[in-house]
Amino acid sequence: MSDLESFRAETRAWLEANCPAEMREPAQGEDDAYWGGRNATFQSEAQKAWFEACRDKGYTVPAWPREYGGAGLSPPEAKILREEMARINARSPLSSFGIWMLGPALLKFGTEEQKRKYLNEIARGEIRWCQGYSEPGSGSDLVSLQTFGEDKGDHWVVNGQKIWTSYADKADWIFCLVRTDKTNKYQGITFMLFDMASPGVSTKPILLISGNSPFCETFFDDVKVPKDQFVGEINRGWDVAKYLLGHEREMISGADNSERGAGIGAMLKRQAGEMDPVLRAELAMFDVDALAFSAMGEKFLDEVKVGKAHPAQPNMMKYAGTELNKRRHELVMAAGGSAALEWDSEESRGGSAARSWLRTKANSIEGGTSEVMLNVIAKRILELPGA
Amino acid sequence: MPLYHDDDQTMLADTASQFMAEEGAIAKQLRHWRDRECKDGFGHALWKQMAEMGFTGILVPEADGGLGMGHVEAGIVLEEIGRNLTPSPFLTSSVIAASALGQASDDLRGRYLPGLIAGDSVFAVAIDEGAKHRPERIATRAEKSGNGFRLSGRKDFVVQGASADMIVVAARTSGAEDDADGVTLFAVPKDAAGLDHDAVRLVDSSMASHLTLDGVELDGDAVIGEVDGGREVLSRMIDAGRVGAAAEGVGVARGAMAMTVDYLKQRKQFGKLIGEFQALQHRAAHLYSEVEIARAVTIKAQQLLDAGAQNASLMASVAKAKVGKAASLAVKEGVQMHGGIGMTDEYDIGLYMKRDRALAEFLGDAHYHAGRVAELSGY
Ligand SMILES: Cc1cc2nc3c(=O)[nH]c(=O)nc-3n(C[C@H](O)[C@H](O)[C@H](O)COP(=O)(O)OP(=O)(O)OC[C@H]3O[C@@H](n4cnc5c(N)ncnc54)[C@H](O)[C@@H]3O)c2cc1C
Ligand SMILES: Cc1cc2nc3c(=O)[nH]c(=O)nc-3n(C[C@H](O)[C@H](O)[C@H](O)COP(=O)(O)OP(=O)(O)OC[C@H]3O[C@@H](n4cnc5c(N)ncnc54)[C@H](O)[C@@H]3O)c2cc1C
Repeated sequence: MSDLESFRAETRAWLEANCPAEMREPAQGEDDAYWGGRNATFQSEAQKAWFEACRDKGYTVPAWPREYGGAGLSPPEAKILREEMARINARSPLSSFGIWMLGPALLKFGTEEQKRKYLNEIARGEIRWCQGYSEPGSGSDLVSLQTFGEDKGDHWVVNGQKIWTSYADKADWIFCLVRTDKTNKYQGITFMLFDMASPGVSTKPILLISGNSPFCETFFDDVKVPKDQFVGEINRGWDVAKYLLGHEREMISGADNSERGAGIGAMLKRQAGEMDPVLRAELAMFDVDALAFSAMGEKFLDEVKVGKAHPAQPNMMKYAGTELNKRRHELVMAAGGSAALEWDSEESRGGSAARSWLRTKANSIEGGTSEVMLNVIAKRILELPGA
Repeated sequence: MPLYHDDDQTMLADTASQFMAEEGAIAKQLRHWRDRECKDGFGHALWKQMAEMGFTGILVPEADGGLGMGHVEAGIVLEEIGRNLTPSPFLTSSVIAASALGQASDDLRGRYLPGLIAGDSVFAVAIDEGAKHRPERIATRAEKSGNGFRLSGRKDFVVQGASADMIVVAARTSGAEDDADGVTLFAVPKDAAGLDHDAVRLVDSSMASHLTLDGVELDGDAVIGEVDGGREVLSRMIDAGRVGAAAEGVGVARGAMAMTVDYLKQRKQFGKLIGEFQALQHRAAHLYSEVEIARAVTIKAQQLLDAGAQNASLMASVAKAKVGKAASLAVKEGVQMHGGIGMTDEYDIGLYMKRDRALAEFLGDAHYHAGRVAELSGY
């Protein structure tokens, strides 16, 4: 047996022994996932067991080096682990902005000391992070941000307001874009890290159309941030921010997800007995697009690994993936019929179809809107003039 | 297997790209033969050159004198053919007929493959019996006659049928029109008595024939595969053709897109390059996404076919459908964004639109394949 084949066999056996049955079906929305952090609670014994087994094995971040809390898997090994987890529908043991966004940025821009501290905390689910990018006047035009950090020698004093900060009220720390030089638009932003428990930080939840309130307005009122808590270089935080956005976009695109088309057709049959031919046709076209996108996701990840992907490609993945996900949930609603309209019945698992449908509308907004993705593709990949 | 080309495949792509851009270019081939109303719709000299390059025998096993490569490699050549709209018998002969012959007797392989590899022979395939692709339904009959068969029926959309030295014909040796079983494949030589072509020129200037088989007598050794058990050979050959057509479609889409993006960077209106208008930028960026995705799933389908994977046939349909939609978008946006000049014969963009339409129908359009995806997915 080759090394990879034996790795697959070991992985399969390990998953068999460690992944509880309840963790082998999809989570019902974001609240059903485990997010870690200082105040974390588990939804079930199974969720706890699964998280702890993965944490101890380094499988919350399988491809990160061991010294930073990962399992140090090679790219082919990490792919095998992903495939084997997908095979049994295993849930992700830990949902985390630290893993998806900050971690990759720290791996690239962090000091050795920062890596050892923060990456290990992230890998072990000890600290939950939130992302402080957007401001009321700075969404798509992010570099126009106004939150200001005044230089006080050994620390900054930060004042300003962020908005749409996902889970700010539940997070322990924030990675935050702060203007440190008002004279230079791009090269006047510093990428700071600080504790949400710092005096002067306050949050106010915003209710969403899905009825949940996973994000907040976040206020900074004379927040003291020690001078060594920044990533990259002072005033060059935009480089870190952009790199991180690439990972965020890749994550939101669902490039890694291959189960998109499954199940809706069967549901349609169940609900209606006989299938509405027009709806079936739409579903069939969706399946074509979904299966094709899943091949694109595979190709993209393969190319990223060997540096063949265009650096702006995550924008394309994000655009196509999120538009597709919205379409999928439109079809889930159509196939579900009146049953999918139920908002809080037990039968509907607390309105999970309807709430998920509404939640997906954010996919083409968060992490940069579809329009902004198209702008980037036009400019950086197709090299169209102007704008 | 990673979903990109390895070093050898990249080398082949470079070679094919250069060759097709030089020898298979639109002015040199498509326009040249079209303007002469060529009865074949393609040039035999180019076919011979493609043989010298080793392209013709890509899918032919080494034991039979070919290169023994796979659908990924055939797809590389097809994408370049698509990009340059190069008329050639590559798809029907080197991909579809070759994959049928791969399952034929030593005798048939010995009879036909050397001519293919040398670029001396051209093959066609006769499947459809109407204006839409419905291979589930085969009415053409093959009755036992002596130690052979007598074929009677009518076939449509036989691409390059009248120019072909041999035609792979799907006929029914038993059962009813819609039965899966009872289908047999035959290698019908061009000079068989009772074989008649009504050759017609299509919108893309290619030639296709309405084929009549009026008591065509064949020896028993003209059978490809098993008598009555041809459905499987037929399906595999069709899948090879669908994935091949998808690869060519990707080339058509990429060619049309490149031309259009180029035009957006040159044409000025309202004092600006039209590529500066966001209305056009967004549509171009959307088109790019669709074409990239279509290309990815085509490579996926090629790899699955090469691996003999169980879901290869499903993915062949996904690829054909996705490419169908993406290439159609590419040519429509192409003509539109060229404005008035896009409507002129002198400009090449319209030729892409014509080729796309013909390729879209070949072996099933996007609607047919989406329906098949639904069926194979159980709804
Ligand atoms: C569920 C959710 C979670 C989020 N989580 C976070 C978070 O954790 N942290 C964080 O910092 N932010 C977060 N965001 C904010 C998100 O990044 C912004 O909403 C997004 O960048 C868009 O900014 P905006 O809302 O200000 O929209 P605007 O920029 O005001 O855009 C409004 C509309 O105009 C369009 N538009 C704007 N500029 C252009 C242009 N140049 N060309 C064409 N069209 C344009 C947009 O596409 C959009 O359709 C989250 C958002 C959502 C919905
Ligand atoms: C069959 C036919 C018959 C015709 N007959 C006549 C006739 O009898 N008399 C006559 O005078 N003219 C005639 N025309 C010309 C016709 O009016 C022009 O083709 C048309 O106005 C478009 O101009 P254009 O071809 O220069 O395209 P362009 O202006 O170069 O446009 C190219 C592309 O860019 C787009 N574009 C241009 N500007 C913008 C913008 N600001 N924002 C977004 N997109 C933009 C266009 O929509 C188009 O897709 C005819 C054209 C055709 C095709």
